[in-house]
Amino acid sequence: MNEQLLALADDELIVGWRDSEWTGIAPLLEEDVAFSSIAQNEIGHARAVYELLVGSDGDADALAFDREPEAYRSAPLVELHLLDWAHTIARRWLYELADEIRITALKDDPEPGIAGLAAKIDREEAYHRLHAELWHERLRDEPRFRRAVEELWPYALGVLPAELRGELARRAGLAEVAPVERGTHTAELAALWEEMTMVRRSAPAGARW
Amino acid sequence: MGAGRGSGGVSEQRVFEVFRQERRGQPFEHAGSVVAPDAGFAEAWAREQYGRRGESVALWLVPREAIHDVADWADEFDLKYRRVDGYSIKARLKEARERAAARPR
Amino acid sequence: MAAVEIPRDEQAFLEYVQSGGQVEATDWMPDEYRARLIKFIEMHGNSELMGVLPEREWILRAPTLQRKLALTAKVQDEVGHAQLIYRVVEDLGKPREQCLAELLAGTAKFHNVFHYPTRTWGDVGVIAWLVDAAAIISQKALLRCSYAPYARIMKKICWEESFHILHGRDVILALVTGTPAQFELVQEALNRWWGPLMQFHGTPIPRDEDPMYLWRIKSQGNEQARQQFLDGYVPQILELGLEVPDPKLRKRDDGVWEYSEPDWEELRYVVTGHGPKTAERLALRRRFLEQERWVRDAVLAA
Repeated sequence: MNEQLLALADDELIVGWRDSEWTGIAPLLEEDVAFSSIAQNEIGHARAVYELLVGSDGDADALAFDREPEAYRSAPLVELHLLDWAHTIARRWLYELADEIRITALKDDPEPGIAGLAAKIDREEAYHRLHAELWHERLRDEPRFRRAVEELWPYALGVLPAELRGELARRAGLAEVAPVERGTHTAELAALWEEMTMVRRSAPAGARW
Repeated sequence: MGAGRGSGGVSEQRVFEVFRQERRGQPFEHAGSVVAPDAGFAEAWAREQYGRRGESVALWLVPREAIHDVADWADEFDLKYRRVDGYSIKARLKEARERAAARPR
Repeated sequence: MAAVEIPRDEQAFLEYVQSGGQVEATDWMPDEYRARLIKFIEMHGNSELMGVLPEREWILRAPTLQRKLALTAKVQDEVGHAQLIYRVVEDLGKPREQCLAELLAGTAKFHNVFHYPTRTWGDVGVIAWLVDAAAIISQKALLRCSYAPYARIMKKICWEESFHILHGRDVILALVTGTPAQFELVQEALNRWWGPLMQFHGTPIPRDEDPMYLWRIKSQGNEQARQQFLDGYVPQILELGLEVPDPKLRKRDDGVWEYSEPDWEELRYVVTGHGPKTAERLALRRRFLEQERWVRDAVLAA
């Protein structure tokens, strides 16, 4: 299976899950709604990539939900439990910067199915970038936001393969540091996976929902 | 609509009236309002409220203070010829048809 | 013809709304009308907001990608509705921040159904199918509200709610055609939700004794709404092989539904802030409101 695509799908699934944690408790009702849209887009992207990976006869839900935690290819950045706004927006902003770089690369993929999907994802994420930029502008001088960006920066670098990190550093206006690499899951993933799959695991495999 | 009402203490500058167009070619209709610190947030939030289910193809956002409300009219002399209800077509049409039917061929 | 002028006299205003007259935010209105409007509409806004919390964990636990998306969209609509509704209240003179402060202090009401726990995926189906159905019946009646800004947002709200019922029905149908354990999830959830559902539309106060009806804020009586709900949904419940947990429930020959008297004491107790989950949910919102107060300050600083 295409590891790069699986990583993309898992990142989108998990970051979408994390963004959904703000449902009902976001600092402004408007942001509750905005985060829900962003989360839906991310889950939608994950679904599209899973569907590409399993093919037209495959079961995207099984790929999304029926693996053990160790089998997920998500980056540590998206797994972190960050239920405070400064860190959440910092992650949004950094993730969108990184994601844009990798999606742009995928738009040149020789496989037309992949290139086409990447183009669609890119168009939808234009709104995410707008939103992240709005907040970045508003919070850039806020000390807790700057601290959050610093803390998450090594994780952000870990979202991308080594050859793309320089570009991320350039766009973020930050110096490259030692990244927190993909490959080892955070302690938080286990609890997330437990909750994410608890209903599904309560019925035998193949049950309809 | 109309400005200058009790907006619950919200500064008029931060209320943006939203007009939405459902399909290309249709008129923009007033859909409601959003409260936002600036046009950037107003746009982001109005997109969500009035477009997340694909129900609008375009939006106009207008600061409430820019709306000039016109709501009173004087019609003291009842100038009926300026309105459709000032013409009782039905009765005359009936008469004209009756006369036409009675005319020798 | 001359523009319609709202008469600045309470009796004349009453006659005006009772003959179908519409009121805008900038019109004169009696103090009582404004006060009742604010209280009623605010309670609606509070309910949409508090309705999010029973459902949020199920977004996180949704068993398929499609269900996750549909449930996220449904709950998103509810927050969107709260926004629209509080905007209407704000234009009547009460700031949203004040509504939220009173809600979280426990001094403002919201509908009974949002004070109860959700225990299983079965609840997700029952809420989207039946609780939303009960709400839509009231909301459709509000399309004729004398206060025009509220009637206008009800149009958008009803349109969005129709998606919710479709989603709810789809969830229920998947469960009742699945494993026996999945069927049981629905029956068990229905058993728990039936009581609150029957209380939802309120006590059977005659329409002409209900000030909300006299001012034409509501255009139907409570019992009328409840009968409409039973008429529409009991047959749907029974045709799936589910049981309604009320042995007295039956439709008379004259078309009127008979049922066990709902527990009006429970309703009163719950809506005044004593539901099983009331304190916990308000505390959750309060905690995050406090934690993120700096965010609102950062955004509001123009």
